[in-house]
Amino acid sequence: MKRLLLLVLFCWPLASGAVEDIYQFDSAADEHRFRELLVQLRCPKCQNQAIADSDAPISQDMREQVASMIRDGRSNEQIVDYFVERYGDFVNYEPPLTPQTLILWLGPMLAMLGGALLVGLQMRRARRIARGEDVL
Amino acid sequence: MQPRKGLWMFLPLLAFLGLAVLLASGLGRDTEELPTALAGKPLPEIQLPSLMRRGTEVSNELFIGHWTLLNVWATWCPTCYVEHPYLINLAEQGIRIVGLNYKDETDKAREYLASLGNPYIEVAIDESGSYGIDLGVYGAPETFVINPQGEVVLRYVGELNDRSWQQRFAPVWEKETQ
Repeated sequence: MKRLLLLVLFCWPLASGAVEDIYQFDSAADEHRFRELLVQLRCPKCQNQAIADSDAPISQDMREQVASMIRDGRSNEQIVDYFVERYGDFVNYEPPLTPQTLILWLGPMLAMLGGALLVGLQMRRARRIARGEDVL
Repeated sequence: MQPRKGLWMFLPLLAFLGLAVLLASGLGRDTEELPTALAGKPLPEIQLPSLMRRGTEVSNELFIGHWTLLNVWATWCPTCYVEHPYLINLAEQGIRIVGLNYKDETDKAREYLASLGNPYIEVAIDESGSYGIDLGVYGAPETFVINPQGEVVLRYVGELNDRSWQQRFAPVWEKETQ
Protein backbone atom coordinates (compact mmCIF):
# COMPACT_ATOMS: atom_id res chain seq x y z
CA MET A 1 0.00 0.00 0.00
CA LYS A 2 2.76 2.37 1.03
CA ARG A 3 4.62 1.54 -2.12
CA LEU A 4 1.54 2.18 -4.25
CA LEU A 5 1.02 5.53 -2.59
CA LEU A 6 4.63 6.43 -3.29
CA LEU A 7 4.19 5.49 -6.93
CA VAL A 8 1.10 7.64 -7.25
CA LEU A 9 2.92 10.57 -5.67
CA PHE A 10 5.81 10.18 -8.07
CA CYS A 11 3.46 10.20 -11.05
CA TRP A 12 1.54 13.22 -9.84
CA PRO A 13 3.87 15.93 -11.18
CA LEU A 14 4.00 14.21 -14.59
CA ALA A 15 0.26 14.50 -15.05
CA SER A 16 -0.21 18.02 -13.77
CA GLY A 17 3.00 19.62 -15.01
CA ALA A 18 2.42 18.88 -18.68
CA VAL A 19 0.68 22.16 -19.40
CA GLU A 20 1.96 25.22 -17.63
CA ASP A 21 -0.59 27.73 -18.77
CA ILE A 22 -3.73 27.91 -16.72
CA TYR A 23 -7.01 27.56 -18.55
CA GLN A 24 -10.39 27.91 -16.90
CA PHE A 25 -13.38 25.90 -18.04
CA ASP A 26 -17.02 25.81 -17.02
CA SER A 27 -17.04 22.10 -16.27
CA ALA A 28 -14.70 19.25 -15.45
CA ALA A 29 -15.88 17.55 -18.65
CA ASP A 30 -14.62 20.48 -20.73
CA GLU A 31 -11.33 20.44 -18.89
CA HIS A 32 -11.05 16.73 -19.65
CA ARG A 33 -11.77 17.35 -23.36
CA PHE A 34 -9.12 20.05 -23.37
CA ARG A 35 -6.50 17.60 -22.04
CA GLU A 36 -7.58 14.98 -24.57
CA LEU A 37 -7.32 17.36 -27.51
CA LEU A 38 -3.94 18.62 -26.38
CA VAL A 39 -2.40 15.18 -26.70
CA GLN A 40 -4.22 14.44 -29.94
CA LEU A 41 -2.95 17.54 -31.74
CA ARG A 42 0.61 17.55 -32.92
CA CYS A 43 2.89 20.56 -32.89
CA PRO A 44 3.64 21.45 -36.55
CA LYS A 45 6.93 23.12 -35.61
CA CYS A 46 8.51 20.58 -33.28
CA GLN A 47 7.07 17.61 -35.15
CA ASN A 48 7.45 14.86 -32.56
CA GLN A 49 5.55 16.49 -29.75
CA ALA A 50 1.91 16.96 -28.98
CA ILE A 51 0.92 20.56 -28.34
CA ALA A 52 0.35 19.54 -24.71
CA ASP A 53 4.03 19.49 -23.81
CA SER A 54 5.56 21.73 -26.47
CA ASP A 55 6.95 25.15 -25.66
CA ALA A 56 6.90 26.36 -29.26
CA PRO A 57 4.97 29.64 -29.66
CA ILE A 58 2.72 28.00 -32.24
CA SER A 59 1.73 25.33 -29.69
CA GLN A 60 0.82 28.03 -27.19
CA ASP A 61 -1.38 29.69 -29.81
CA MET A 62 -2.97 26.37 -30.68
CA ARG A 63 -3.70 25.62 -27.02
CA GLU A 64 -5.27 29.05 -26.71
CA GLN A 65 -7.39 28.36 -29.78
CA VAL A 66 -8.48 24.93 -28.50
CA ALA A 67 -9.48 26.46 -25.16
CA SER A 68 -11.50 29.22 -26.75
CA MET A 69 -13.23 26.80 -29.12
CA ILE A 70 -14.19 24.55 -26.20
CA ARG A 71 -15.63 27.58 -24.39
CA ASP A 72 -17.59 28.35 -27.56
CA GLY A 73 -19.17 24.91 -27.27
CA ARG A 74 -17.53 23.30 -30.29
CA SER A 75 -17.21 19.51 -30.41
CA ASN A 76 -13.88 17.67 -30.38
CA GLU A 77 -14.43 16.72 -33.98
CA GLN A 78 -15.01 20.32 -35.03
CA ILE A 79 -11.85 21.42 -33.26
CA VAL A 80 -9.67 18.72 -34.82
CA ASP A 81 -11.19 19.45 -38.24
CA TYR A 82 -10.43 23.14 -37.76
CA PHE A 83 -6.72 22.41 -37.38
CA VAL A 84 -6.59 19.70 -40.06
CA GLU A 85 -8.16 22.18 -42.51
CA ARG A 86 -5.28 24.56 -41.82
CA TYR A 87 -2.31 22.31 -41.12
CA GLY A 88 -3.27 19.07 -42.85
CA ASP A 89 -3.52 15.56 -41.42
CA PHE A 90 -0.04 16.06 -40.02
CA VAL A 91 -1.39 17.78 -36.89
CA ASN A 92 -3.72 14.90 -36.07
CA TYR A 93 -2.09 12.16 -34.00
CA GLU A 94 -5.04 9.98 -34.93
CA PRO A 95 -4.88 10.30 -38.70
CA PRO A 96 -7.72 8.89 -40.84
CA LEU A 97 -7.21 5.61 -42.67
CA THR A 98 -6.10 6.55 -46.20
CA PRO A 99 -3.79 4.79 -48.68
CA GLN A 100 -1.00 7.07 -47.46
CA THR A 101 -1.49 6.21 -43.80
CA LEU A 102 -2.18 2.52 -44.36
CA ILE A 103 1.29 1.53 -43.22
CA LEU A 104 0.86 3.48 -39.99
CA TRP A 105 -2.24 1.50 -39.13
CA LEU A 106 -1.25 -1.93 -40.44
CA GLY A 107 2.54 -1.80 -39.96
CA PRO A 108 2.57 -2.65 -36.23
CA MET A 109 0.07 -5.48 -36.75
CA LEU A 110 2.13 -6.95 -39.60
CA ALA A 111 5.27 -6.75 -37.49
CA MET A 112 3.51 -8.52 -34.63
CA LEU A 113 2.19 -11.25 -36.92
CA GLY A 114 5.64 -11.69 -38.45
CA GLY A 115 7.18 -11.95 -35.00
CA ALA A 116 4.56 -14.45 -33.84
CA LEU A 117 5.18 -16.53 -36.96
CA LEU A 118 8.92 -16.60 -36.30
CA VAL A 119 8.45 -17.55 -32.66
CA GLY A 120 5.95 -20.25 -33.68
CA LEU A 121 8.33 -21.78 -36.21
CA GLN A 122 11.15 -21.68 -33.74
CA MET A 123 9.06 -23.41 -31.09
CA ARG A 124 8.01 -26.12 -33.52
CA ARG A 125 11.62 -26.71 -34.37
CA ALA A 126 12.62 -26.82 -30.68
CA ARG A 127 9.90 -29.39 -30.00
CA ARG A 128 11.15 -31.55 -32.84
CA ILE A 129 14.67 -31.40 -31.49
CA ALA A 130 13.39 -32.35 -28.06
CA ARG A 131 11.62 -35.36 -29.60
CA GLY A 132 14.91 -36.32 -31.14
CA GLU A 133 13.79 -35.78 -34.72
CA ASP A 134 16.31 -34.84 -37.31
CA VAL A 135 15.58 -31.21 -38.11
CA LEU A 136 18.56 -30.35 -40.23
CA MET B 1 14.17 -29.84 -44.83
CA GLN B 2 17.61 -29.51 -46.33
CA PRO B 3 16.81 -27.52 -49.53
CA ARG B 4 14.48 -25.07 -47.73
CA LYS B 5 17.08 -24.21 -45.16
CA GLY B 6 19.25 -22.69 -47.87
CA LEU B 7 16.59 -20.15 -48.79
CA TRP B 8 15.62 -19.37 -45.23
CA MET B 9 19.22 -18.55 -44.50
CA PHE B 10 18.92 -15.46 -46.69
CA LEU B 11 15.74 -14.18 -45.12
CA PRO B 12 17.42 -11.99 -42.47
CA LEU B 13 19.76 -10.59 -45.10
CA LEU B 14 16.85 -9.78 -47.40
CA ALA B 15 14.92 -8.20 -44.54
CA PHE B 16 17.99 -6.15 -43.66
CA LEU B 17 18.49 -5.00 -47.26
CA GLY B 18 14.82 -4.08 -47.60
CA LEU B 19 14.94 -2.03 -44.43
CA ALA B 20 18.24 -0.42 -45.46
CA VAL B 21 16.80 0.71 -48.79
CA LEU B 22 13.65 2.03 -47.11
CA LEU B 23 15.60 3.99 -44.51
CA ALA B 24 18.20 5.25 -46.99
CA SER B 25 15.44 6.72 -49.13
CA GLY B 26 14.32 8.73 -46.10
CA LEU B 27 17.80 10.10 -45.38
CA GLY B 28 18.31 13.69 -46.39
CA ARG B 29 14.63 14.24 -46.94
CA ASP B 30 13.49 17.51 -45.42
CA THR B 31 10.81 16.53 -42.95
CA GLU B 32 10.60 20.06 -41.54
CA GLU B 33 8.65 21.31 -44.50
CA LEU B 34 5.02 20.31 -44.45
CA PRO B 35 2.78 20.50 -47.48
CA THR B 36 0.20 23.24 -47.09
CA ALA B 37 -3.38 22.13 -46.58
CA LEU B 38 -4.43 25.23 -48.52
CA ALA B 39 -2.95 24.38 -51.92
CA GLY B 40 -5.53 25.15 -54.63
CA LYS B 41 -7.87 26.76 -52.12
CA PRO B 42 -8.74 30.44 -51.80
CA LEU B 43 -6.66 32.49 -49.42
CA PRO B 44 -8.54 32.64 -46.09
CA GLU B 45 -10.45 35.84 -45.54
CA ILE B 46 -8.17 38.68 -44.45
CA GLN B 47 -9.45 41.38 -42.15
CA LEU B 48 -6.32 42.97 -40.79
CA PRO B 49 -5.03 46.51 -40.32
CA SER B 50 -2.38 47.85 -42.67
CA LEU B 51 1.07 48.57 -41.27
CA MET B 52 1.94 51.50 -43.49
CA ARG B 53 -1.46 53.01 -44.29
CA ARG B 54 -2.70 53.61 -40.78
CA GLY B 55 -6.42 53.36 -40.30
CA THR B 56 -6.97 51.22 -43.41
CA GLU B 57 -7.57 47.51 -43.69
CA VAL B 58 -6.06 44.86 -45.92
CA SER B 59 -8.53 42.62 -47.76
CA ASN B 60 -8.43 39.72 -50.20
CA GLU B 61 -9.15 42.08 -53.09
CA LEU B 62 -5.50 43.07 -53.01
CA PHE B 63 -4.66 39.68 -54.50
CA ILE B 64 -7.24 39.57 -57.28
CA GLY B 65 -5.93 40.03 -60.80
CA HIS B 66 -2.21 39.70 -60.09
CA TRP B 67 0.31 37.04 -59.20
CA THR B 68 1.51 37.89 -55.72
CA LEU B 69 3.88 36.60 -53.06
CA LEU B 70 2.60 36.63 -49.49
CA ASN B 71 5.59 36.75 -47.15
CA VAL B 72 5.16 36.03 -43.43
CA TRP B 73 7.78 37.91 -41.42
CA ALA B 74 8.58 39.42 -38.03
CA THR B 75 11.36 41.42 -36.43
CA TRP B 76 11.98 38.57 -33.96
CA CYS B 77 12.74 36.19 -36.81
CA PRO B 78 16.47 35.98 -37.60
CA THR B 79 16.03 34.35 -41.00
CA CYS B 80 13.74 37.20 -42.04
CA TYR B 81 16.72 39.58 -41.81
CA VAL B 82 18.73 37.19 -43.96
CA GLU B 83 16.12 36.96 -46.72
CA HIS B 84 15.19 40.64 -46.64
CA PRO B 85 17.74 41.82 -49.26
CA TYR B 86 16.52 39.07 -51.57
CA LEU B 87 12.93 40.24 -51.19
CA ILE B 88 14.04 43.76 -52.11
CA ASN B 89 15.81 42.29 -55.10
CA LEU B 90 12.59 40.51 -56.18
CA ALA B 91 10.53 43.66 -55.68
CA GLU B 92 12.96 45.59 -57.88
CA GLN B 93 12.29 43.03 -60.61
CA GLY B 94 8.64 44.01 -60.42
CA ILE B 95 7.36 41.09 -58.35
CA ARG B 96 4.43 42.00 -56.11
CA ILE B 97 5.07 41.08 -52.51
CA VAL B 98 2.54 41.49 -49.74
CA GLY B 99 3.84 41.13 -46.18
CA LEU B 100 2.15 39.59 -43.18
CA ASN B 101 3.74 40.99 -40.05
CA TYR B 102 3.28 37.99 -37.79
CA LYS B 103 3.00 38.27 -33.99
CA ASP B 104 5.23 41.30 -33.87
CA GLU B 105 5.38 44.70 -32.26
CA THR B 106 4.00 47.21 -34.75
CA ASP B 107 6.49 49.98 -33.90
CA LYS B 108 9.45 47.67 -34.30
CA ALA B 109 8.05 46.44 -37.61
CA ARG B 110 7.79 50.00 -38.95
CA GLU B 111 11.36 50.73 -37.84
CA TYR B 112 12.56 47.53 -39.52
CA LEU B 113 11.12 48.57 -42.87
CA ALA B 114 12.32 52.14 -42.49
CA SER B 115 15.91 51.11 -41.85
CA LEU B 116 16.24 48.00 -44.06
CA GLY B 117 14.06 49.07 -46.96
CA ASN B 118 10.54 48.03 -47.91
CA PRO B 119 9.97 45.34 -50.53
CA TYR B 120 6.22 45.14 -49.79
CA ILE B 121 3.40 46.82 -51.67
CA GLU B 122 1.31 46.32 -48.54
CA VAL B 123 1.80 44.80 -45.08
CA ALA B 124 -1.01 43.38 -42.97
CA ILE B 125 -0.60 43.27 -39.18
CA ASP B 126 -1.43 39.93 -37.56
CA GLU B 127 -0.57 40.78 -33.99
CA SER B 128 -2.37 37.86 -32.36
CA GLY B 129 -1.24 35.29 -34.92
CA SER B 130 -4.82 34.21 -35.64
CA TYR B 131 -4.51 34.82 -39.37
CA GLY B 132 -1.27 32.84 -39.19
CA ILE B 133 -3.26 29.89 -37.86
CA ASP B 134 -5.78 30.31 -40.71
CA LEU B 135 -2.85 30.08 -43.13
CA GLY B 136 -1.30 27.10 -41.35
CA VAL B 137 1.81 29.12 -40.51
CA TYR B 138 4.12 27.41 -38.01
CA GLY B 139 7.18 29.59 -38.17
CA ALA B 140 8.54 32.60 -39.97
CA PRO B 141 9.60 33.17 -42.65
CA GLU B 142 7.02 31.49 -44.84
CA THR B 143 6.19 32.56 -48.36
CA PHE B 144 3.01 31.78 -50.29
CA VAL B 145 2.40 32.17 -54.00
CA ILE B 146 -1.11 33.52 -54.66
CA ASN B 147 -2.62 33.40 -58.16
CA PRO B 148 -4.79 36.15 -59.72
CA GLN B 149 -7.93 34.30 -58.58
CA GLY B 150 -6.73 34.74 -55.01
CA GLU B 151 -5.91 31.05 -54.51
CA VAL B 152 -2.89 29.56 -52.77
CA VAL B 153 -0.60 27.86 -55.28
CA LEU B 154 2.47 27.15 -53.20
CA ARG B 155 3.83 27.52 -49.70
CA TYR B 156 7.52 27.62 -48.90
CA VAL B 157 8.89 27.46 -45.35
CA GLY B 158 12.33 28.94 -44.79
CA GLU B 159 14.68 31.43 -46.32
CA LEU B 160 13.80 32.81 -49.72
CA ASN B 161 17.03 33.08 -51.69
CA ASP B 162 18.28 32.47 -55.19
CA ARG B 163 18.42 28.72 -54.66
CA SER B 164 14.95 28.30 -53.22
CA TRP B 165 13.57 30.70 -55.83
CA GLN B 166 15.04 28.69 -58.68
CA GLN B 167 14.03 25.34 -57.21
CA ARG B 168 10.58 26.03 -55.87
CA PHE B 169 9.15 29.30 -57.09
CA ALA B 170 10.51 29.79 -60.59
CA PRO B 171 8.77 26.69 -62.06
CA VAL B 172 5.34 28.02 -60.98
CA TRP B 173 6.00 31.73 -61.26
CA GLU B 174 7.66 31.89 -64.64
CA LYS B 175 5.28 29.45 -66.30
CA GLU B 176 2.16 31.22 -65.10
CA THR B 177 3.09 34.86 -65.26
CA GLN B 178 4.23 34.90 -68.85
